[in-house]
Amino acid sequence: MTPIRHVAGKAIPFGAKNVDTDIIIPAHWLKTITREGMGRGAFEVLRKDPDNLFDNPEYKGAPILIAGDNFGCGSSREHAAWALLDLGITCVIAPSFSDIFASNAFKNGILTVVLPQDQVDRLLEVAQTDPVDIDLESQTVTTPFQDRFPFEIDPFRKHCLLEGLDEVGLTLAENDVISAYERRAAGELSFLSGKVERAA
Amino acid sequence: MTSKPCTLYEKIWDAHVVERRNDGSCLIYIDRHLVHEVTSPQAFEALRLAGRKVRRPDLTIAVPDHNLPTTARRDAAGKRIPIGDVESAQQLAALETNAPEFGIRYIGDSDAEQGIVHVVGPEQGFSLPGTTIVCGDSHTACHGGLGALAFGIGTSEVEHVLATQTLILKQSKTMEVRVEGGLRPGVTAKDLILHIIGVIGTAGGTGHVIEYRGKVFEEMSVEGRLTVCNMSIEGGARAGLVAPDETTFAYVQGRPYAPKGAEWDKAVAWWRTLHTDPGASFDKSVVINAAEIEPTVTWGTSPEDTVAIGGVVPSPDSFADPNKQKAAQASLDYMGLEPGTPMTEVEIQNVFIGSCTNSRIEDLRAAAAVLRGRHKAENVKWAIVVPGSGLVKRQAEAEGLDKVFIEAGLEWREPGCSACLGMNPDKVPAGERSASTSNRNFMGRQGPGSRTHLVSPAMAAAAAVTGRLTDVRELVG
Repeated sequence: MTPIRHVAGKAIPFGAKNVDTDIIIPAHWLKTITREGMGRGAFEVLRKDPDNLFDNPEYKGAPILIAGDNFGCGSSREHAAWALLDLGITCVIAPSFSDIFASNAFKNGILTVVLPQDQVDRLLEVAQTDPVDIDLESQTVTTPFQDRFPFEIDPFRKHCLLEGLDEVGLTLAENDVISAYERRAAGELSFLSGKVERAA
Repeated sequence: MTSKPCTLYEKIWDAHVVERRNDGSCLIYIDRHLVHEVTSPQAFEALRLAGRKVRRPDLTIAVPDHNLPTTARRDAAGKRIPIGDVESAQQLAALETNAPEFGIRYIGDSDAEQGIVHVVGPEQGFSLPGTTIVCGDSHTACHGGLGALAFGIGTSEVEHVLATQTLILKQSKTMEVRVEGGLRPGVTAKDLILHIIGVIGTAGGTGHVIEYRGKVFEEMSVEGRLTVCNMSIEGGARAGLVAPDETTFAYVQGRPYAPKGAEWDKAVAWWRTLHTDPGASFDKSVVINAAEIEPTVTWGTSPEDTVAIGGVVPSPDSFADPNKQKAAQASLDYMGLEPGTPMTEVEIQNVFIGSCTNSRIEDLRAAAAVLRGRHKAENVKWAIVVPGSGLVKRQAEAEGLDKVFIEAGLEWREPGCSACLGMNPDKVPAGERSASTSNRNFMGRQGPGSRTHLVSPAMAAAAAVTGRLTDVRELVG
């Protein structure tokens, strides 16, 4: 995973509420066995509108997306995160995110920043003309004006994002702890995680 | 010694903590993992590239469902009929290769046990009360109907579970949806959950695990509970739960993967402790009066856009939130509906009875009860019934339900996700409407330009008969 410390540049002033992952990447783009090339299908339905923001040269290659409440709701498809990455987006700012999308974004090194609606509205306004700056280390969003919005982030996620850590590798290193749980569970809760076999 | 009263969720969570970390996250053990072809190829590929193995192949089952056509899969000679869509075929082939390579049981496209993962898990007794269950699919919430902590995960997490049998998670907040009183005749589990989502909204459960409580759920069949919990994600909650009880145990006992003998007794003894203790508190609580619920349909492009069948298409101005007004207007434009139109005047051209929400035997019985001796309306061009698994199909045929559907002019298909989402050949044409028993009415969900109205199986059958959204109680009962 690519470490992420600082994202700065153009921000797409999208702002839509309840954007589901079917909108971010429709199902027919999910028939792939790789992670690449999803950007072409990103926001496909919205991009049929010639005036859409995603194909506006003004926002070409913008690393930041500003969205409305409940971004990424619906299907758990991680393809939504891959599609954003393929578009070059590495940070999404919204008043709230769906739980699964936020987790998928994190696993792919996309920073999700939760800010109150009024601050998101302000950023939507700034992004019409000016860049936005997000610093993960200090947990702040700033603009070329006087705006300075602090945000919260889970410390473990922050650490992983800053260092670009591979979570699977980290957990595999805890093999002994997992084995100890399995031994304990094999006694008390054998019907849960004990050897699972089908009746003949 | 008295311990602090706990919710059902907290009890299951605590039983699965491998390690608590200083930052508040936990390493949680995963008891059951279901894998399908769409969200797993990149996970298996990552394992292969890193030279990693699957830690517990016996705790995972792989079954194809999303891409499979629901037409015949074998010819008369028993030879596989090739799948026309090259990408679908490639994705299905990847699962068929990956599962055995990593030592995982693969239920193939022509096995009687094949079906939608969320139908297969409970049916096989693989999904059990008190277990943690994950799948790369948001409707994994479904298995909560058995009293399991079940939730959807992304592909990176699929890889994490395959390699470590654990996930790094933060404990969710708890939310109680308490339904008081009993449902009126003709009102089903699907109407109930649509109504609940209409009340709490699509983000109402975000960050929470919902426990559904009240007499309605205690009296509900396991299949009804699976339908309710299935759509928890449509209310923003990653998981939904109904406490396991005698109804649950009777459902689970004797299924192929269910514990046997002394293990069964031990399991039931623990399962009986899995309920929210008196005095335990929830972070959020919503109370709903069951008597107020009518057969419910959706009018817009979000599952929260629900209305009683006797109601009308709402006006965007009727919403207080300006963002919701905008969203409602966009929904109505997409759906081609005018505010004030009675829902029962909305004509439909397609009917889909199926999906992980509503493709179990009780769903098919409910639809057949309406269709028996009737025929679909002239304007209904396409109407299909897709059983949730090969075993559901077999059972339905033993009861003669297939004949009821066929005589009513509906098609009887092979099991799979079908027209719930546009990944296989079953799609609703652009600009046309469907009465669908699935779970999402998102723009383009059932095919580009498709317009979906979510309904119960009985309501879908009623719509097939009249060619418009219909109060099923006018046809039967």
